[in-house]
Amino acid sequence: MEFMQPATWSEALAMKAAHPEATPIAGGTDVMVGLNLDHGRPESIIDLTRIRELGEWGSDDGWLRIGAGVTYTKLIDELGDRLPGLAMASRTVGSPQIRNRGTVGGNLGTASPAGDAHPPLLAADAQVELASATGTRRVPVREFFTGPKQTTMRKDELIAAFLVEPAAGPQQFSKVGTRNAMVIAVCSFALALDPARRRVGTGIGSAGPTPLRATEAERFLEGVLDEQGSWDRRTRVSEAAVTRFGELVASAARPIDDVRGTAAYRRHALSVLARRCFTWAWAAA
Amino acid sequence: MGVGRRLKVDCTVNGSRHVADGVWEGESLLYVLRERFGLYGSKNACEQGECGSCSVYLDGTLVCACLVLGGQANGRSLVTIEGLDGEKVEQAFVEAGAVQCGFCTPGLVVAAHDLLQRVPRPTDAQIREALAGNICRCTGYAKIIAAVHMAAGSA
Repeated sequence: MEFMQPATWSEALAMKAAHPEATPIAGGTDVMVGLNLDHGRPESIIDLTRIRELGEWGSDDGWLRIGAGVTYTKLIDELGDRLPGLAMASRTVGSPQIRNRGTVGGNLGTASPAGDAHPPLLAADAQVELASATGTRRVPVREFFTGPKQTTMRKDELIAAFLVEPAAGPQQFSKVGTRNAMVIAVCSFALALDPARRRVGTGIGSAGPTPLRATEAERFLEGVLDEQGSWDRRTRVSEAAVTRFGELVASAARPIDDVRGTAAYRRHALSVLARRCFTWAWAAA
Repeated sequence: MGVGRRLKVDCTVNGSRHVADGVWEGESLLYVLRERFGLYGSKNACEQGECGSCSVYLDGTLVCACLVLGGQANGRSLVTIEGLDGEKVEQAFVEAGAVQCGFCTPGLVVAAHDLLQRVPRPTDAQIREALAGNICRCTGYAKIIAAVHMAAGSA
């Protein structure tokens, strides 16, 4: 095994170009588990923790551009007000020790269907910035995941950052697990409301081969809120409409039975999470 | 840029320079601390960040040493239970009876120390949240939480 420790981003990209099979490591919360438990050994490892700009965030044309190495703790502390949905999801990640090391960039790269950061990024229409020695491209998160632990990344690419607009309205996240900490989601749901654009965004986690959007549920809820003129007046939304929203979210899931839960349970739980998230978000709107 | 096989890990642990040669590239910081530096206070249990028994400070940040690659610690500064300024917390653990088998205690002491640095007078909920990544299979946690309150009270 080879251990590479680039000091700069361009050095890292050159190393990835020369060693396309290399595994990048940042916080190590996924990579180290594989190494410690000997689930296969990478040919080489590129340590990204020396590259300062990966741990930084800033503004980019009205969006937030957040370096792939920004930890959950930093995201919660510094961006929790602007990205409430992602911050809620980040608070459910592991434990303090894990949040101090783990990164959203790593969550994207691992691309587990259960990744906690994915639903809020989907709901907010975030983008992933991928870089290689030959250039940079931005991919919408909704096109990023292609299967369990599979993404559209090429082997010569690294995740530089993700981009997301500051919340334009209420956001919510909810997750089902056996306890409040240190838990892989049985299923999870994120909601982002954008009253100015009259848009509803959703993200479903851990209930399909990839994180999913519930597009039919989004259009349905937008229609209900438009019809009632509720976006502006925040009128009460009927229980029947909220229940229907939950059902449409559940039907958008593609869950399986596994060690953490059955497909039927996940579908049911998602309908509940979706109803709750909307109720909480609407109360805050 | 560091490229090569078998590593040298050169870092500061508890205020003094520690160097290990011939470290395997996939070796965790926890292994380096225990097997190469002889610091057995940080415990090796789950090796997947679940149990918190290997909690240490890495450049002042609470982390699981099992999830840090040895090479990542190069040039960094570490504080382990052996070098922690943790007497207040340790004394409270003893007085509150928060120790049974003791295996989880070093990790819990480091995590509690980190909490008290950030939040000098934590609530029950804050203590539970801060120690959520540290598993104890003996005590049922009640006396651990009491110990953290006790340590906070003597601040």
